[in-house]
Amino acid sequence: MINKIVPSLEAAVADIRDGSTILIGGFGGAGMPSALMSALIAQGAKDLTVVNNNAGNGDTGLAALIAAKQVRKIICSFPRQADSGHFDKAYRSGELELELVPQGTLAERIRAAGAGIGAFFTPTAFGTQLAEGKETRRIGDRDYVLELPIHADYALIKADRGDRWGNLTYRMTARNFGPIMASAAKCTIAQVRETVELGELDPESVVTPGIFVKRVVKTGAAA
Amino acid sequence: MKKMDRNQMAARVAQDIPEGAYVNLGIGLPTLVANHIPQGREVLLHSENGVLGIGPAPAKGAEDDDLINAGKQPVTLLAGGSYFHHADSFAMIRGQHLDFCVLGAFQVSVAGDIANWHTGAPDAIPAVGGAMDLAMGAKNVLVMMEHLTKSGESKLVEYCTYPLTGARCVSRVYTDLAVIDIKPDGMHVVDIVEGLDFAELQRISGVPLKYREAARA
Repeated sequence: MINKIVPSLEAAVADIRDGSTILIGGFGGAGMPSALMSALIAQGAKDLTVVNNNAGNGDTGLAALIAAKQVRKIICSFPRQADSGHFDKAYRSGELELELVPQGTLAERIRAAGAGIGAFFTPTAFGTQLAEGKETRRIGDRDYVLELPIHADYALIKADRGDRWGNLTYRMTARNFGPIMASAAKCTIAQVRETVELGELDPESVVTPGIFVKRVVKTGAAA
Repeated sequence: MKKMDRNQMAARVAQDIPEGAYVNLGIGLPTLVANHIPQGREVLLHSENGVLGIGPAPAKGAEDDDLINAGKQPVTLLAGGSYFHHADSFAMIRGQHLDFCVLGAFQVSVAGDIANWHTGAPDAIPAVGGAMDLAMGAKNVLVMMEHLTKSGESKLVEYCTYPLTGARCVSRVYTDLAVIDIKPDGMHVVDIVEGLDFAELQRISGVPLKYREAARA
């Protein structure tokens, strides 16, 4: 019997090794897998490359992982925010490397990894600093920049409901990066508010089919 | 001369957004445009984080942490609205499905280049978000900004001195002093605020502006 539901957050993240590349879902707080992040901090893996839209907000989630000095490099689109103090400090001290990527390019690089695409041309960032050193090509009457996929060892995401085959649904804008990150990692771990029996999720409404998910862990509503 | 305030600027932009348009409003000043869409005009607001059909701000106490816009402010969803993941959201943007985006800016050049993400200062932490995708992807890129910097320099420039967000992409600029179209042959003034004449606008703008006599009435 397939059972992707794991009994605890600790068990869900136990095998994450130093130096891993980890996709972390969420846009600001919406969809941030805070319970998995806390478990990762307790687990202690270091020298991580982390991919998220932001670089942590406040003192929880990704911000706490940075504060715990577990992150070596961050790939994101919008690090600087009113409450990104832990990132700002680590970046300015040189402890943390930043790769800044336009938000749509970030999403598409993740999607491309999950979809088996080797590279793609996008018009975004052509003629700007963020395209410096990259291959460009004129196709038709537009100029494009070559971008490469972002593959990862793990994806940590937050969904709403999940079943033992790993099928997931999301809630409102907390969906954001979840579905594409789930497809782009070797091992996707989803924290869910609720686990349900097979067949309880309407197959028309499953957003992430279980093929993309390795582990599901229930946190309840609070996390 | 009467400079337009932020809400007057937003109302002026809203005038130009027609029924049925799909629109992305940037963080900050452009967000105000939503408050000035005339009642009864159906305009669908998109946000990069994966929502189409954004409604009014929620009542105090009715906010939901899972329902936010790209500025991470709580929003509501209209009946008929939808949620989607980030790659689909940027397919809407990059795939030229949005009719308009409204962006703030540090500078806009005569050729329609926009700089709005980074001052280039060595100690500044850069952040770009979806601005570069919007600049390249929306069918019409509108810019909403003060005409002058705090120190009185024109934000309309021959060439952007700040790092570019996108090249040759802006179609119209709304400032607190004027509305200006950017065309292949340069900047064309559409409106000027009351009490400011074209010669004075031209003087403080510091870049060549065109103004048709017929438009003055």
